Order: sequence, then structure tokens, then C-alpha cells
Amino acid sequence: MIAESMYQELILEHYKHPQGRGLRDPFDAEVHHVNPTCGDEITMRVKLGDGDKVEDVSYDGQGCSISQAAASVLHELATGSTVGETLAVVEEFTRLMQGRGQVEPDEDVLGDAVAFAGVAKFPARVKCALLAWMAYKDALARSAS
Amino acid sequence: MDTAFDVERIRKDFPVLSRELPGGRPLVYLDSGNSSQKPVQVIETMREHLAVHYANVGRAMHVLGAESTEAYEAAREKVAAFVGAPSRDEIVFTKNASEALNLVAYAFGNPINEDPRFTMGPGDEIVISEMEHHSNIVPWQLLARRTGATLKWFSVTDEGRLDLSNLDELVTERTKIVSIAHQSNVLGTVNPVARVLERVRQAGALMMLDASQSVPHKPVDVTALDVDFLAFTGHKAVGPSGIGVLWARAELLDAMPPFLGGGEMIEAVWMDRSTYAPAPHKFEAGTPPIVEAVGLGAAVDYLSSVGMDAIAAHERELTRYALEALGEVPGLRVVGPTDLQDRGGTVSFTLEGIHPHDVGQIMDDEFGVAVRVGHHCARPLHLRFGIPATTRASFYLYNTPAEIDALVRGLHHVRKVFA
Repeated sequence: MIAESMYQELILEHYKHPQGRGLRDPFDAEVHHVNPTCGDEITMRVKLGDGDKVEDVSYDGQGCSISQAAASVLHELATGSTVGETLAVVEEFTRLMQGRGQVEPDEDVLGDAVAFAGVAKFPARVKCALLAWMAYKDALARSAS
Repeated sequence: MDTAFDVERIRKDFPVLSRELPGGRPLVYLDSGNSSQKPVQVIETMREHLAVHYANVGRAMHVLGAESTEAYEAAREKVAAFVGAPSRDEIVFTKNASEALNLVAYAFGNPINEDPRFTMGPGDEIVISEMEHHSNIVPWQLLARRTGATLKWFSVTDEGRLDLSNLDELVTERTKIVSIAHQSNVLGTVNPVARVLERVRQAGALMMLDASQSVPHKPVDVTALDVDFLAFTGHKAVGPSGIGVLWARAELLDAMPPFLGGGEMIEAVWMDRSTYAPAPHKFEAGTPPIVEAVGLGAAVDYLSSVGMDAIAAHERELTRYALEALGEVPGLRVVGPTDLQDRGGTVSFTLEGIHPHDVGQIMDDEFGVAVRVGHHCARPLHLRFGIPATTRASFYLYNTPAEIDALVRGLHHVRKVFA
């Protein structure tokens, strides 16, 4: 069925074994985002270094497999990249999620995050997938200010 | 209808139950506590009213106006009889149970009304419970904010029962109104109304029941309950959405100020003041949900023809079966009473390590099992149990043990996906 394609092995793997979970010091900004319709929540910290480098993305939260796996994948993708590179991923990921399953994902930009393509067919779950990414974007904005 | 309860025959009355979902899956609808499905008798009655009897009610001086008004008021009469109200004038049509609860909350602390039962200010107290639906929490929070009154609440025990250990301290001479669920929309718990009411009467306060989850499922008689206000909604009782009911004692409706102002709720209007129509019309400003009310009349006719005792007995057997079957799913914890004592056909649970949204998605997509996942508009109750959400199966007259088997099969599969 369709949902089976949503629960990709990679998503389940990240849900069961989240990468980089737990809030760490030092950090430049901390944000807390919630999804009021389902109660998913995330607290996220971002530490930036020289040359626009993302030194660490740490997080803690609770929620469904999609929201929690998204945070884990984001941690892997963002840590060690530059702010510019990660913003490109945020943009492409958002475009994919809001595309109602009609958007062809750019795998070169998305990397592992392409595993979430199936989520876009379930409008009720799109917010779950976007929760961590929106929190990250917010944390970046606050780090800069 | 036969005296024996024939669920297969009942299922034939509900067209949606024989439809297929995409991929050829049959529908297993276990979300009636959220909203129930509709029998052809309700659908046809509404269709016919729209087709050949429709006009505005109470203000049209022609044949259609008379027919429409007659059908609308006949629905009021049917609803009154269905809940044992002494008079049809004690039935106020609202748009849902939330509006009925808000209507009563807005009767308190209104400066245009001096009746001492409805005055409210600092020092006065409102009592609700931790197991309420948001619609029986937020209107009272707003009332407390408007008036400076204090909001208090009953706790819930680990077994999902109302904690009455501090009943005498909670309900005192400062209490003006106690409003609790007749039956919890999450736990299935049926609350001990008589016990609470006894204390409410000692304290000289008023009592309201949110009966949204009881009226559709078992015989409810407002005269026997002896409370002051009772709210429920049509769409959970095989009726349409857009129609709810407030029952209140006639003398209280007379003492209450109007809620919304508008057409048909008046007696006479001048530019600077108005006098109001007697209840129930005083509370029904504007063109009401006419066809929806007529549909609700057909719904209570349908439920009565099946028999509320028979429906309650059927749901009790389903609940017994479900509690047993769910008890055998590893990692499953029922949130609410695990015995049948004072309990209705709503079973909420958690599955260890698996979020309810994931449970709901796989149940729906692979098994066609419709359950509700989330906090079911009862967030404080979930906070009390330290969980963000639950999966909820809720049963009605058209459900079968085979559908509970499908639920359990689905849950085993969900566990496999997340193993």
C-alpha cells in the first residue's frame, strides 16, 4: 500500500537509532517548535563555526517516526556542512514536502532526506516531516542576529 | 425491527459500511466516538425535506413554511422524548455540543441578568474535571477569566476514574456550577453522576453534563439523572453535523439571559431595547439548522426503533471482546478502565515505542481500519497520564467482533513494521 512506501527503511532506522540526539553545549541559538495538531515537539540547538560552517545541530523531542527521523537525518546532513549548503537542502525539502507527491525530488541536493518523498502524499504528515527543518531554519536566523 | 439485535441487518442501513476503500480494502470504521456514520433513514429524511418541504421556519406564512416549521418542531419533540425531557420547550437546538456548553457558560456573570444562580465574580467557583473534552474546559476557563471566578477540577485516578476523595473540599458553598462528562471520550469511563449531584445539591450549586458520548450509546433520561443542564451533539448519534442540543430545566432557561441576538429570538424590538421570546426560541437566534434538526429527529427515531437498551448491550459485548483481545497484544496498555463496570465502548491505548500517528497511518492504509490518534481534544487528560497521544477505537451499533479482530491483526502488523 501507499503508507508502506512512506515508512522507508532509512526512516525506520533513524527512528529506532536517532543520530546526534540530545542537547549539547556550546550553542549559538536554541529554539522550541511544536506541531499543535499532533503534539510533536522539538528543541533544537545550533552551533556555527568559522567560514559559515555548521559545527553542531543538537536536538531533543518527541513525536511520531516521521518527525523524529527527520531530525536525525537533518543532524547528519547539516553537521559539517556550510549554512549555505544546508539552506539549499531546506528549500528543496520544503518544495518536495509541499508538492503533494507531484514533485520530482533533486537527490543530489537532498541526500538521505530524499527518503521522505513518500510523506508528501499524506498532507496530514507533511508537518511532521517539516518540524525539525523549520526549527533549524529558525535557529539559523536567530544565530545570525 | 426484530427484538433480537441483528447487526448485519443494521449494517445494511448504513450505505458507507459497504463501500470499498482504494485498493479494494473493506472499511472498518472504529471512529464513531469522533463522528458516527449515517443510516439511509436519516439521509432520506433530510433529502426529502430539502426536496419538497423546505422553507424557513417560524416566520413564513405559506404551506412550505408551515410544513418546514412543523418538521422542525416535531424534531424538537422527538429529541425531548428521546432524553426524557418533561417538555419540548426545554430542548434548545444549537450547532453542536460545544455551542450548548458555551451557551450555559455565557449565562453566568452577565451584567444584564440578576438571578443569583447566574451571578459570578471573584470568590465564586466553577468545578470541572481533568478528563474533560476541550469543549467542557475552555468555555469555563473563559468564564473564569471574564468574571474573576476560580476554576477547579476533579483529578483522575490511575484507573481512569473520577477521583472523588476530595469531593467535599472541591464542591462547596462557593461553587456555582459543576460541569463534567457523563462518559469520557477517551477513557470510556461513565462518571458517578448521582454521587456528585448529591454534593452539588448540598452546596446549592448547578450541575451540567456533557453527554456527547453517552446519549448516542445508551438510554439517557434527564428526569432520572436530575441534573440541571445536559449537552450533546447530533453527528455522534447517527444524525448530521451542524446540530447540537442543550437540555435545561425550564425555570433555568427562563432565568438565563439570551445568548446570541438576532431574528426569531425576540418578542418586540425598539431601536434602543428588546424583549425576548420565551425559551427555547430565546436561544435560537437567526435561521437555525433546519434540515439538520429534521435529520436529528430521524436519527433519534432510528435509534429508538433499534432500542437504546439493545444498542448498549451490543456495545458492551463488543467492549468485553475488545478489552480481552487487546490485552493479548504485547506492549499494549489500555488507558482507562479495563473492566466493564461503568464503562462505555471507547478504548484508548498506547503501543510501547510506537507513536499513535504511525499506528493510525498503517491501520488505515493497509487494513482500512479507521481509528482516531492524538489527544482526542483532551490534552490535559493525556498530560495527566504522561503521554502525548493515544490510539482510540470507539464502537457503535454497527460494529462487529470481526472488525475488532481486524484491529488486532493490524496492531500485530504495526509492531512488526517497527520491530
